[in-house]
Amino acid sequence: MEFFGEVVAWFANLETWSGRNGIPSRLWEHVSLSAASLAVGTLIALPVGLVIGHTGRGAVLAVSIANIGRAIPSLGLLGIVFVPALSLGLGLGFWPSLIALVALAIPPIVLNTYVALSEVDRDLMEAARGMGMRETQILTALEIPIGLPVILAGIRTSAVQVIATATLAAVISGGTLGHLILAGVNTGNEVQVFGAALLVALLAIGTEIGFGLLQRAATSPGLRGDRTAANNPAALPTTSGG
Amino acid sequence: MTDGEPFFRVEWVVENLDEIGVRIGEHVYLTVLAVVIGLAVSFALALLIQRRPRLYGPVVGVTGTLYAIPSLAFFALLIPFTGTGVVTALLALVSYTLLILVRNITEALNGVPPDAVEAATGMGYSRGQRLWRVELPLALPVIVAGIRIATVTTIGLVTVTALIGQGGLGYLIVNLGINRGSSPFGPTATYTGVVLAVGLAVIADLALLAVQRALTPWARRRG
Repeated sequence: MEFFGEVVAWFANLETWSGRNGIPSRLWEHVSLSAASLAVGTLIALPVGLVIGHTGRGAVLAVSIANIGRAIPSLGLLGIVFVPALSLGLGLGFWPSLIALVALAIPPIVLNTYVALSEVDRDLMEAARGMGMRETQILTALEIPIGLPVILAGIRTSAVQVIATATLAAVISGGTLGHLILAGVNTGNEVQVFGAALLVALLAIGTEIGFGLLQRAATSPGLRGDRTAANNPAALPTTSGG
Repeated sequence: MTDGEPFFRVEWVVENLDEIGVRIGEHVYLTVLAVVIGLAVSFALALLIQRRPRLYGPVVGVTGTLYAIPSLAFFALLIPFTGTGVVTALLALVSYTLLILVRNITEALNGVPPDAVEAATGMGYSRGQRLWRVELPLALPVIVAGIRIATVTTIGLVTVTALIGQGGLGYLIVNLGINRGSSPFGPTATYTGVVLAVGLAVIADLALLAVQRALTPWARRRG
């Protein structure tokens, strides 16, 4: 119990909140790196998933990408990017981390978007075609609204993974809250280790819950009720934790 | 690494075969231990859920929350209590397997055809006999599918244990690799570690698939 008192004292200490190694600075690094990676990853993965899902072509590719993504450890991904980044003069930290995190964010979004669209009732689409809707109309008026919860589930999986791996970016000088953890481990400062880890855990769990709510809100009222975790193919198989 | 130097130095690998072997051993050891313990705990939880289905929601809720905690943060949260040893690594690694395995085993057991269960009951099987001789064999393919996912996931996560001093292939990636990125051999160590981790995951996945096929010869014809 004494230890938790020290943790509370650490959080109450003004020094914990100021400077380069203060919580605001490291938290900002963590959130901005994660948000940028997720945004870029989504911009790349979403169109790819939509095309694969709508046309049904390249499905094998989507599944293969997801499988390979699962086998590469996220720490390994940081390492893979770090070495050439160093020799290309991209420097340490932000850019190599961003590239690794974007690569990490893509597979679950591609897979879920593809699955979301391929699950849309073929009869509905035939009806839409019969009514004279163009392919782009079918995509925007039918497939995307119906598939939105599953698409968002993919983005959620990516978001949680990106936040987890942003912690590891500290290994390649990416800063983030992971830096506070690793610095604490190296100096034996267990209070800081625990406090920073608590923030990371809350950030990840908060993101998971936030996207869950978004997913629920995005589910068309007509589809609500019978769809649960079963339609989130990426939630489980992909690597957690980073 | 400077320009013009080889990106990957085979001679480093040749000179460090012993070191690499030790790290593979550490990696496999932690992975096997975590998956075996995770399987035992998950199995117990799944059987409990079979008896009291109402527990399914809470169990999945708790294990799902644990699953969302980033690995480095999970280790870090345990360090003040269990130190930087193998116990900390295992507690976190086992926790990550629970969501995958509990869900999977429960789904597998629920997927056993009721006719088969009824037939076994009609033949006078006790509850335990029915479980071991009918339900588990029929559920095995789905259960092994879950073990494969848990194993591949765990192999990836074990790399992170190097950051709390647990060795494994993460030691090659980080301690000998990234942390010595400017040395001529740093990149080689990093890539060796990554390639071996991916290779280990692929081998483990295929090996478990082979085990499943061997254990369920009757399922083969159905493909």
